[in-house]
Amino acid sequence: MFQKLFFYASPQSFYPLAGRLWPLFALAGTALTAWGMWLGMFVAPTDFQQGEGYRIIFVHVPASWMSMVIYLAMAFWALLGLTFNTRLSGMMCRALAPTGAIFAFLSLWTGALWGKPMWGAWWVWDARLTSELILFFLYLGYIALTSAIDDARRADKAGGILALVGALNVPIIYFSVKWWNTLHQGASVSMTKGSSMAQTMLEAMLIMGMAFWLYAIAMALYRVRSIILVRERHVQWVADLPEVQAMRAHALEAQS
Amino acid sequence: MIWNSAADFWAMGGYGLYVWGSMGMTFGLMALEMLWVKQARAQALKQVALEIEAAQTPAKEWHS
Repeated sequence: MFQKLFFYASPQSFYPLAGRLWPLFALAGTALTAWGMWLGMFVAPTDFQQGEGYRIIFVHVPASWMSMVIYLAMAFWALLGLTFNTRLSGMMCRALAPTGAIFAFLSLWTGALWGKPMWGAWWVWDARLTSELILFFLYLGYIALTSAIDDARRADKAGGILALVGALNVPIIYFSVKWWNTLHQGASVSMTKGSSMAQTMLEAMLIMGMAFWLYAIAMALYRVRSIILVRERHVQWVADLPEVQAMRAHALEAQS
Repeated sequence: MIWNSAADFWAMGGYGLYVWGSMGMTFGLMALEMLWVKQARAQALKQVALEIEAAQTPAKEWHS
């Protein structure tokens, strides 16, 4: 088992594995999105307090979860990379960041569109919202920092430290509704108390959460392949790849 | 099915702007991201292919 794990820790063996896996995650993610959206938009009942406006929850909560989960995944890869000096870790970290940034933005965007009709404000400087905004900036900071450093390995190290330190913000976001008096409502799903929602609503939300999770994995796997290609371009196995050969033939044709 | 008509569905009980604004941005950005990663891969392949080609061209010219 560990031998297999170490085998796939090399970019050369991970590249084809990621290529085989991403379509599966993409397919499963699409199917779950269709199912979750059907349940959420056509089956789940009207909320007795928020009417139909509550349906934003089916994208807001999954996007917010993913913004936190992806940052924790980045911190995990960063820790692995910084301690074992594995090359793939930094690449995974970088492949995850844009998707995480998008989910953090979506969390804020859908939150604003939910806040306006329910609270009367697009934005308030409340602990939950502010810490999520900081998370969004952490993603942007990570992307800016790693793309500003030319040496890929040094960029990975610097970015890894930012990812690790920034991960402290994730529990702050999660527990913010408990620790401070916030306008944002408390958790609808709690690990200790169970759920406070209607069954179909909860199901649709969890399915969407799963769907976004699969989507994020598919995106990261797809993106890491491009990163591997560029980083390993001086190694023979990249030159031998059929897709690289095809592109070379294509470039030659264009020249002649 | 909980809706009486298509108009009912789009109106979202008066919350249409907020609900569809959320869904639209979410799925729109996800679709855009899929395009971005596809473009990035095409660009990466091109860059790699050109660099490998460039590394081998001088040798070719000597022979001709």
